[in-house]
Amino acid sequence: MNWEILGIWLGAIVTLCLYSFLYRDNPFYKFVEHLFVGMSAGYWVIYNIENVLIPNWWQNMFPPEGGFNGIWIIPGVFALFMIARILPKTASLSRLSLGMIVGVGAGLNMVSFFQTNALAQVKGTIFSLASGGVWSIFSSLVLVVGVVSGLVYFFFSKAHTGVVGRTANVGITILMVAFGASFGYTIMARLSLLIGRFQFLLEDWLPTIPRLLGLGG
Amino acid sequence: MRLVIPLAITFTAGMIMILNFFVPHQPFKFLGENLQEWYMIVASGAIFLGVMNLMHVHSRKIRLKQKNWKYSPVTIIGFLLMLVTGLIYGVAENMPFDYLFMNMVAPMSATMFSLLAFFVASAAFRAFRASNWRATLLLTSAFLVMLGQVPIGAMIWDKIPLAKVWLMSIPNTAGQRAVMIGAAMGVVSTSLRMIFGIERSWLGGAD
Repeated sequence: MNWEILGIWLGAIVTLCLYSFLYRDNPFYKFVEHLFVGMSAGYWVIYNIENVLIPNWWQNMFPPEGGFNGIWIIPGVFALFMIARILPKTASLSRLSLGMIVGVGAGLNMVSFFQTNALAQVKGTIFSLASGGVWSIFSSLVLVVGVVSGLVYFFFSKAHTGVVGRTANVGITILMVAFGASFGYTIMARLSLLIGRFQFLLEDWLPTIPRLLGLGG
Repeated sequence: MRLVIPLAITFTAGMIMILNFFVPHQPFKFLGENLQEWYMIVASGAIFLGVMNLMHVHSRKIRLKQKNWKYSPVTIIGFLLMLVTGLIYGVAENMPFDYLFMNMVAPMSATMFSLLAFFVASAAFRAFRASNWRATLLLTSAFLVMLGQVPIGAMIWDKIPLAKVWLMSIPNTAGQRAVMIGAAMGVVSTSLRMIFGIERSWLGGAD
């Protein structure tokens, strides 16, 4: 058995163990579930070291051209403060790190969300009205009416009665169609993953069995 | 003081990021760019904290022989396996870390998510009951999208894939946009509340 076939078998065994949950909870599933948690944690630690700490911290503190940049000790100390939360005596230090994360996150998200998720979407909705034939104009109208009525539905500072109530009802209708479409799309995405796993089992793993038994290939 | 210093750090960091956006010149540009990198470094501390907590929970489970403690060594060994191979051999292709990721972590991850197909399908069966006309709309829209995604949809009627594209690009976009714009307003107001120290729940509520 070479490394490639061993890899295929490892993948097949963990796949089958996880699918055994479809029958009911069992020790094989629990074993692989715990293995998945541990290996994923290990993967993310290494990923973090390789892709965040080395390029963004270590190489800034000790540049490849030589020297030492002392200012980069500060984020390292803040990261240590975050880890200090593990001990009750030093847990309050982590508030300083959290303060920084919350501040940068809030400042960054405030402007970026407003630009991409509010202004850009409003602009996209307004400009959709500008072009096309009859069908395109109808679609654009559905889009504009859908966005406006959806926003009215989410506006809770005014009672949903009269014109506001009727507009909110249109909003609910558009949202139901939207959620249905998203739900259908999600199901198909999960199914494509399922098909991928079955393709792996049938096309990659099963052919290795006769090869291992010396029956062909 | 235990509250004032974290709140002062939040205010300073938040204001630097906002000023960096509106005044992209020195010193805000330098401070903003550096703070973004610092943010990633400090946030990576949270990953280490999470992993240490995971190891602490499982080692305590083993020590106290709590329910299902026999599986806890599997988590610890799995973690150490990835950590040791990553640290010793690196993450290059065809190295042990990459081999374990490609042949174990990736299949386990894909299988876990594909398992959800069964649970989503069972939830769909319950959710898609045509109890009123709006539920019927949800059902029809989901059914058309699912049918338009597979070849049999086009075999039944060649307009079904077009209907799926229209549903995804018009009503779905309208609904998602309404949600996105509403959420963006929420993010802006919550961010301002955090920067100005009005929202303090992230401090844990103590003191």
